Amino acid sequence: MAKYIVKRILLAIVTIWAVATLTFFLMNMVPGGPFLSEKAISPQATAALEAKYGLDKPMGQRYLTYMADALHGDFGDSLKQRGRTVMDIIKMKFPVSAKVGGVSVLVSLLLGIPLGCLAALKRGKTLDSIISVVATCGIAVPSFVICTVLMYFFGVKLKLLPTMGLTSLKHYVMPVMALSFYPTAYIMRLMRSSMLDVLGQDYMRTAKAKGVHGFKILFKHALRNAILPVITYVGPMLAYTVTGSFVVEKIFTIPGLGGEFIGAIQGRDYTLIMGTTIFLATLIIIMNVVVDICYKIVDPRIKLK
Amino acid sequence: MNKNPLSFQLNLNPEDFLPASDEEKQSQVVMRESVSFWKDGMRRLRKNKVAMVSLVIIILVMILSFIVPSFYPYNYKDQIKGANNLKPMQYSAQELERIEAGEKVFPHIFGTDKMGRDYAIRVMMGSRISLLVGLIATGIILIIGSVYGSIAAFFGGWVDLVMMRIVDIIYTVPDILLIVLLSFALKAPLAALVNVPGFGWVKTVGENLISIFVVFALLYWVGMARMVRSQVLMLKESEYVTAARALGVSSGKIIRKHLLTNCIGTLIVTTTLQIPSSIFTESFLSFLGMGVAVPLPSLGSLASDAINGMNTNPHLLFVPAILISLIILSFNLLGDGLRDAFDPKLKN
Repeated sequence: MAKYIVKRILLAIVTIWAVATLTFFLMNMVPGGPFLSEKAISPQATAALEAKYGLDKPMGQRYLTYMADALHGDFGDSLKQRGRTVMDIIKMKFPVSAKVGGVSVLVSLLLGIPLGCLAALKRGKTLDSIISVVATCGIAVPSFVICTVLMYFFGVKLKLLPTMGLTSLKHYVMPVMALSFYPTAYIMRLMRSSMLDVLGQDYMRTAKAKGVHGFKILFKHALRNAILPVITYVGPMLAYTVTGSFVVEKIFTIPGLGGEFIGAIQGRDYTLIMGTTIFLATLIIIMNVVVDICYKIVDPRIKLK
Repeated sequence: MNKNPLSFQLNLNPEDFLPASDEEKQSQVVMRESVSFWKDGMRRLRKNKVAMVSLVIIILVMILSFIVPSFYPYNYKDQIKGANNLKPMQYSAQELERIEAGEKVFPHIFGTDKMGRDYAIRVMMGSRISLLVGLIATGIILIIGSVYGSIAAFFGGWVDLVMMRIVDIIYTVPDILLIVLLSFALKAPLAALVNVPGFGWVKTVGENLISIFVVFALLYWVGMARMVRSQVLMLKESEYVTAARALGVSSGKIIRKHLLTNCIGTLIVTTTLQIPSSIFTESFLSFLGMGVAVPLPSLGSLASDAINGMNTNPHLLFVPAILISLIILSFNLLGDGLRDAFDPKLKN
């Protein structure tokens, strides 16, 4: 186990390095730059700015400097938001996105797993068809459609819920609904199919024949075996959700990391792009390792190598 | 000849040894035609009502978006004077005068947008663009993904290791970053390509649209590659592959003739499920304002344009939003049906 984790961490470091390198060169090779869009700036001032942030140096040299700094934990200053470091911005924006994202992942797990199980247990009944139809529709509707429909009915027509910001508990309702719609539907589908698979296994019949209590069969025998695909899906999904969805953040005016990232890309804020990309990649890779370890805990038969 | 009553000897007639007539031969032929892979799958698909309804919807949407616009009385980019922000089935003052004068005016089924363009034709053109993106991008993804995946799996060892690590890296980089950067990077070369003789079509198709195709092709083949790889890893252990190799068939031909043809079921299913996901991503890009260029509409850009006027003209938002959900839903359901029909093993 320890050997496996060490191996995974080494591999993760290599992957993060590769992602960072790819992003760095791709980003710098694309024509345009962070100071081109500001028309008021004279060529001299642009040159001075570029010199200040080291953008006048050759790409290879900048890459080495950046990597050396990053290894020391210094991700540089934002090029567009003067006087703020990339770390400051991530520290400020990430909690906002993480709160909304975390709540929605929780909601989708709490809704998706029981409903999926229920559909599998009531296979072929009306309840199963209703849940399956809802799940299929949930996968088919793009998030911006859900956002705008929610906004129109709850925000504009009924005026029940606030449409902007994140200041009170009520503000969370719509973004969380919008964010958890797709994952809930997906988890329902995954849970239903893997539960059906497990319910047909021999050990379920044996357990039933031995007179194991209904609830115990469901939780100890069925759920534990059926939940593996859900874990696989939730791991990376959690990483993506907590770092913020751009669409949801834009429509509901939430000051989160997702919007910041798109803004950085569009404004060529090189250091911020690098910082957020490395942050997201690290998060995803960590989640993948966590998923593998969860596998081992849930199903001890799985051998990690 | 006297026959011994205890003997097992048969009474044979010379007629029994005559050649059989054609009629008699026919009775020996197995009546039922052998059912091929395709027929078997199609038969199962035809029984699946949900999938057939989805197929009909997809065909209807295709007719609406590819054929109807060519004879529709309005054009997607013509701005009709004085017909701004009409409600569905409403006429502008000038059109009312023309109707008074006895002229026939085709109604604006979904009204008009704030520039005075007929909305129904814009929605049709939008779904044409969305479908084109879905179909073409998926076609490119299918080719790259299946070739890459099968090569990685077939050669195995370090080739597989390196190729799959590359896939992992592409998977880990946030896709929106790559999309934006690549579309910026492609802008200049594509604009230059317009002036090269023989590449005039780039202009007609639209540079943004082409860059979307290229970007999707470069990004989203990874899922397809993983799927194909897992199939080929299993298939390459089959006896017929060993036999083919023993007969000296080249690796390329084994991949093309034996391995890819045998994972056709997986390929069909993954492709049909990839189409909605491409449409999904395109609509998302248009929503961010990075999709197709104006005045060309796509369903995503129509919806995002309508968000600002949501209070006064909600139908401008709901028509494209519902249509895009319907298209994605139908492709998803058709994909599920195809999976059940062609690859029952995958049903999980």
